[in-house]
Amino acid sequence: MTKPPQPGEFYQRDRRWHPPALSQDYKTSVTRSPQFPLISLENTASEITGPVFGHNDINATDNDLLSNFAQPGQSPIGERIIVHGRVLDENARPVPNTLVEIWQANASGRYRHKKDTYLGALDPNFGGCGRTLTDENGCYHFRTVKPGAYPWRNWVNDWRPAHIHVSVFGSGFAQRLITQLYFEGDPLIARCPIVNTIPDLEAVEMLVARLDLNATIPLDTIAYRFDIVLRGRRSTLFENRLEGN
Amino acid sequence: MRQKLEYLKEIPSQTAGPYVHIGLAPGAAGFEIYDQELGWDIAGPNARGERIRVEGVVTDGTGSPVKDVLLEAWQANADGIYAHPEHTGEVEDGFRGWGRVITDFETGEWGFDTVKPGPVMGRGGQMMAPHINLWIVARGINVGLNTRIYFEDEAASNAADPVLNVIEWERRRATLIARRELRDGLAVYRFDIRLQGEDETVFFDI
Ligand SMILES: [Fe+3]
Repeated sequence: MTKPPQPGEFYQRDRRWHPPALSQDYKTSVTRSPQFPLISLENTASEITGPVFGHNDINATDNDLLSNFAQPGQSPIGERIIVHGRVLDENARPVPNTLVEIWQANASGRYRHKKDTYLGALDPNFGGCGRTLTDENGCYHFRTVKPGAYPWRNWVNDWRPAHIHVSVFGSGFAQRLITQLYFEGDPLIARCPIVNTIPDLEAVEMLVARLDLNATIPLDTIAYRFDIVLRGRRSTLFENRLEGN
Repeated sequence: MRQKLEYLKEIPSQTAGPYVHIGLAPGAAGFEIYDQELGWDIAGPNARGERIRVEGVVTDGTGSPVKDVLLEAWQANADGIYAHPEHTGEVEDGFRGWGRVITDFETGEWGFDTVKPGPVMGRGGQMMAPHINLWIVARGINVGLNTRIYFEDEAASNAADPVLNVIEWERRRATLIARRELRDGLAVYRFDIRLQGEDETVFFDI
């Protein structure tokens, strides 16, 4: 029986583009970074496959942080923003139907987390997390408030630039990725030891969302565009097919 | 001038930070927001095979437990089939094979219930020993770490496993073998992960 050609293995991850495990200026990484080299594996079914999610797993309103924790008729305090974009792979092909999850501090830089003790006030109408599935073109969007900067213990006076944490799946477990979205024009980006774990400024720029006035809702919500690129795949028939012939 | 290759670059990784729970396990962060949190049920009610529990702790280079880690598991069912359209075969209704767990904030202990996976066909028709793929993120981890859990009681298939055998340092292979014990009749596997140090767990670039 002939099967349609399967998409193949993932392109190797460029480990010099990603932050190294150990970055002295991000102190927590010093004791949490493996020191032996990673063992390189050729893809098998274990890496090429990954979990599949559907519309039964989430609610349609889970992507609206303006309302998903707010009391009826109320909204969180802060700058109302849309964050939208596409999930693509390195071949510039859309990644449809993939789960995107985000979490963030509120407008005063405070997280709704029992371990966060920052002075910034909690907002009774803001939970700080959202999730959505990309559509057939790889598009996604969230409504939220712009998070505030917050201090953290690294050097004594370190401040995180405003950021949203982003988690993406893709179609195979080898594409699994967590990163952070920053906002165009923020002077704290260049000073942040976590941002600066990334060696290449061009790579950092991929994490900076652009103001997108065309996507705003006039008199209502301002918009930022953030495209997410995951590892690409070879399109040729997998030489050693998953089923092993 | 040469022609240009038009590939995009993968977006760079950043640490999940200390508050990863808010996004991926809000119940653990201390609030309820979603009708259902994802990843707490790996195998579902209809899964065939042996019900098992896997437990462990992640320690850092000083030997201290890492208490803000999040782990994701990805595994085949008892027949060695992944719940994914590109893998040939059927899985039981409700079997996803994926889960996520967080550690106890006080002790750093984590654990999940699932079924023991079967051997999975690897490259070139070579069988891989039963294993669970793990992905580990936390504050201080800049790029999520990939490793595999293998099972102590699968000695023969472990010895023939093409992935374990890629690890040149034979002593290090032992870091991927979970120890089995019986607790009230249930098979419990212990899989401690060392991020750094003499017995550092083997991590893969997959
Ligand atoms: Fe943060």
